[in-house]
Parts: sequence; structure tokens; C-alpha cells
Amino acid sequence: MRSTAAAPAPLLFAVTLAVGVFMVAPILLSVMAGLVVNYSTGLKSGLTLRWLAQVWETYADTVGASLLIGAGSVAATLVLGVPCAYMLARSRSRAARAFEEVLTLPVAVPGLATALALILVYGQMASFRRSFAFILVGHVVFTLPFMVRTVSAAFQRDELVALEEAARTLGASFTQRFLGVLVPAVFPAIVAGCLMVFTLSIGEFNLTWMLHTPLTRTLPVGLADSYASMRLEVGSAYTLVFMAVILPVLWALQALATTMQKRYGT
Amino acid sequence: MQLERTRIEIVDCAKTYPDGTRGLKPTTLTVEPGEVVALLGPSGCGKTTLLRLLAGLEGADRGGRILFGDQDVTARPVEKRGVGMVFQSYALFPQMTVAANIGYGLLVRGIEEVERRRAIGELVDLVRLNGLEAKRPAELSGGQRQRVALARAVAVRPRVLLLDEPLAALDAKLKESLRDELAELLRRLGITAVHVTHDQHEAFAIADRLAVMHAGSIVQVGDAETLYRAPAHAFVAEFLGRVNRLDRDADALARGVVKLGGVEWACAARSAEASVLVRPEDLQLGARQPGWAAATVRHRTFLGERIHLRIEAAGQPPLVADVSRDSPFQVGDEIGLLVAPDRLMASMETAA
Repeated sequence: MRSTAAAPAPLLFAVTLAVGVFMVAPILLSVMAGLVVNYSTGLKSGLTLRWLAQVWETYADTVGASLLIGAGSVAATLVLGVPCAYMLARSRSRAARAFEEVLTLPVAVPGLATALALILVYGQMASFRRSFAFILVGHVVFTLPFMVRTVSAAFQRDELVALEEAARTLGASFTQRFLGVLVPAVFPAIVAGCLMVFTLSIGEFNLTWMLHTPLTRTLPVGLADSYASMRLEVGSAYTLVFMAVILPVLWALQALATTMQKRYGT
Repeated sequence: MQLERTRIEIVDCAKTYPDGTRGLKPTTLTVEPGEVVALLGPSGCGKTTLLRLLAGLEGADRGGRILFGDQDVTARPVEKRGVGMVFQSYALFPQMTVAANIGYGLLVRGIEEVERRRAIGELVDLVRLNGLEAKRPAELSGGQRQRVALARAVAVRPRVLLLDEPLAALDAKLKESLRDELAELLRRLGITAVHVTHDQHEAFAIADRLAVMHAGSIVQVGDAETLYRAPAHAFVAEFLGRVNRLDRDADALARGVVKLGGVEWACAARSAEASVLVRPEDLQLGARQPGWAAATVRHRTFLGERIHLRIEAAGQPPLVADVSRDSPFQVGDEIGLLVAPDRLMASMETAA
């Protein structure tokens, strides 16, 4: 019998190619725009690293801030989210379901509204308002449901219930079985949750734009600032910096997560 | 390795779930020290519920009591009950090695490392997992996982061992060899064990006594041969093997006989029952002769070591006979049929 998969489909190939080009073109153009002397004349005006240098001089601190806030979000959602995910997975009460809904709200509610609420309540605490901690809190509110949902789904699996029962029959106390058996058993889900939280935190703009001050800027906020106030070439160079610094970090984390999942997956 | 032998007494234990369903009707059962008892029944019969009550993973309804030896453990949480349990899925800790799995119970008890290693070594020898100590569960075969689960459960020297469908996750061939191995291992440990299964052959091979369960209660308790030969209930007869049902009309009931293929066999002792049961292997087939029922072979199924014949005889629904593979009878043969009187089993169902 002839395999249908092997049949040539020129139309499908053409469509795929067209969609691919359509999506890759903006990335390539944006990279080019950051490297040419003058975007309106194009490559003829010559290549330069001047814009990159200018971006690094003005916005280097936003790269560090974004990475730190990303890491901080991961740490906070781990400490808050993993125990919370366990409780939600084991509780069948209506209060628990309601809590889960409330927890998920910041994903649906526009970031601006969440940020406004935070400012209304905590805006008067000046030193908090002016610190990166304020932005971190916003990011945690936004990313927590992603960690909780992912890990909670893993805790709910029948085999996890059986693992916990097995640990109990062997005499393990709650702390012993939570840290020694359950958390390691859902480790792949926790890693996936961390990766998602980090990625979302790095790219978060809505909330952050409302919460930031001139001294507390993350990378996407800086990007908006450069687009608004500087030459197009500088903005494009900034995108280049983002891709050069953030993407390798994300890829490295992704590779780490895959290795972990291979090693600890069941 | 020899373990403590503890008597288990279950007194009036029932289980009603929060939504009102009755998982288990009030049940009383005693397991003698060192005895292996199988809870046998179809799914939903309450056997797993009873096992979970014993483990302390579920609480019995008020009024029920569970005793291990002289100690009332009804109110003891599972962590302090001193049971070892083998789960259907084995529930091995996926991120731990075989040795760490086996030693987990000792670790959480704070046993020091030297002693722990010694105990793990002994158990690895006992269940013949030598050389696999550093493997993770995902790298093991089904049979090896089952042995790790057993070793982990007995490592903490439990008073009682509970086995929840321990062989259900294995394929048929492996199951057969492992059930004898498991039976032998339980005898060597000498531990009191309760074994839940829906497979009667597994129960026959492993348990000293069987408690057959149906719809939330224990129907009959006894050793395998007694239950098979003299079931006290049609459900027990049907669950433990195939049976043919011989119907009796009002006339047959009045005269204390069962009618089949033109003959009448006396079965006076069971005068009140609308039907009697007979196992396929208890049908004797031969040439037509006086006193034997006249029957016809309608269908022949060759099964390898045995042959199943479907037989029709006047006055009864079709019967199945289980005969040896050398049986000469073919489809359409006119044959004689005889059942020894002591092979007619009571159905315990009175005529309506």
C-alpha cells in the first residue's frame, strides 16, 4: 500500500513556505534595521555597531533588572505556588475552586487594571513604590496562576495520590512525604512551571509599564521608551540586544528543563 | 527474614462514602496469625474498600472496630498502623533508585545508614533483585517492579501485609509464574497478609483462605477447594468457575428430581430450589445407554489442552461440557450424559 504521507503536495509546501517567509521577514528586517547606518537608505548606507553601543550605554541596566525580576518571580511562585497547588489538588471544597478562579483572574483582567489596583493600595508606601520589589509583586500576581495550574494538574494525577498513600503506609510524616516524595515526583511539572513563569516575566509589559518609575525599568519598558523617543535604528538595535541576551538564556533553561524531564520523568 | 505474626480482627466494619453510597456493609472477618486471606470478588464488590479500611487509608463508619493482635487500631492513622502495602500500580517513587525505594520506610523512621544498608541488602537478596539496586523504577520490568514494591512494604517489618491486586498490572504468562513465587515468598516471611484480587486462580494459588465478596458484603469464607466444590451461594459457584444451570419445573420440584434428556435424577435434598448447578468438567459423556440422559453435540470448541462442547438435551437450556482433548465426540453426535449425584451443587435459590 502506498503511504499517503509520501505523496508530494506542492500546494501545501508553497503555503508553508509563504507563511514561513511572512513570519521570518519582520525578524530579519528588524535585525538589519538595527545594524545599518540609515534605515531609509537601507544596506547601501553601510553597517554599524553604533546603535548597539548606544542602546547598551542607555539601557544595559534594564537587561539585568529583567533577568533579576524573572528569577525573583520564579523563586516567589515556587515558594507560594507549589504548596498552594498541592492544597488545591487535594481539596474538593467549593472554597478551593473559588480560590482557584480568583487566582486566575489576573490572567484575564488587563494588566493595566491589575497595576492600577496595586498602585491604589500600595502607592502611598513610597520606598516600596519606588523599588523593583513593586514590579516583582506585580509579576508574581500575574505569573502565579501559571505555576499553580501546571503543578496542580501534576499533583492531581492518580499515580501521585497512590505515591502519597504509599509514603503514608511507610510511616512518612507530611513534611517528609511532601519534600521527599511528592515534590520530586512532580519535578518535571515544576520545571515546566518555572520556565513559563520566567518567560512570561521577561516579556511582561502591560503591568510593568504602569508600575515602573524612571529608575525601575525592565527591558520591555525600556524598549517602549526607545521606540517612542529615539531613532528607529536604536529601537531595532534594542530588539537585537533582547534577542542576543534573553534568547540564549531561555534556550539554556529550556534545554535544562528537557534534560531534567528526561532524567526524572516516569 | 521472619516477621511478627499478628491476628487481624475486623468487627462490624462498614463504609459509607460522603455522597451516601455504601462501599461496604457491616463486615466481620478474622485472619489468623500468619495466614494469607484473599478478598475475592468483581469490581465494586467492596474488597478494595475493606483493604483500605485495614490500612487506615479510609475510616470505618462509627461502630466498626479493627484489631491487630490485642491492639485496637481503629483510631490509628495509617502512618502509625504498622502495615505494609503493595499497591496495584506499585506506586514506586519514580525519582528514587531501587535501593532508595526499599529503604524509604527505614529512612523516614530515622534508622541510621549502616543498619539501613544491611536491611536493604537482605531484602534485595530475598526478592532477588541483586545488581539492580541503582536502577530507577522506569528501567525495570513489571515483575521486577512488583518485587521492589513487596520489598519496600516488608522492609519496615509491618505487622500486617496488604496486597491490592499485586499481579493485575502484569501480562498473563508472567502473572502465572509470579503468583507461585509470591505465594512462596509470603510463606517464607510468615506474615499475616490480606490479598485483594478479582482473579480466582490468583486467589487459589496465593491464599490459605478466600473471602468471596459481592455487593458490599462477604458471601462465603473458606479454603479454595471447599468453596469450589461446595459453594454456599450461586454467586460463589459462578465466580469461581463456569457452571451449568439445570432448571426444575413445578412437577420436578414436587417429586424431588431434576429432569434432563428423558431421564430423571433424584436430588431430594435440594427439594426447594428452582435450579441446581453443575460444573462443565462434571458432565460425563458416553454412548447412549439406559439411565443416561439423551443429548446431542451442537458445537465444539478446541482450546488446546481442553475441548468445550455445547450440548443440548431435552428439557434444559444448552449445557457446556469441558472434556479432554482426546474426546471423540463431534458436532451432531448423539450421546449419553451422566452427572454423579454428588456433583450437583445447590444454587441456594428457592422457587418463586
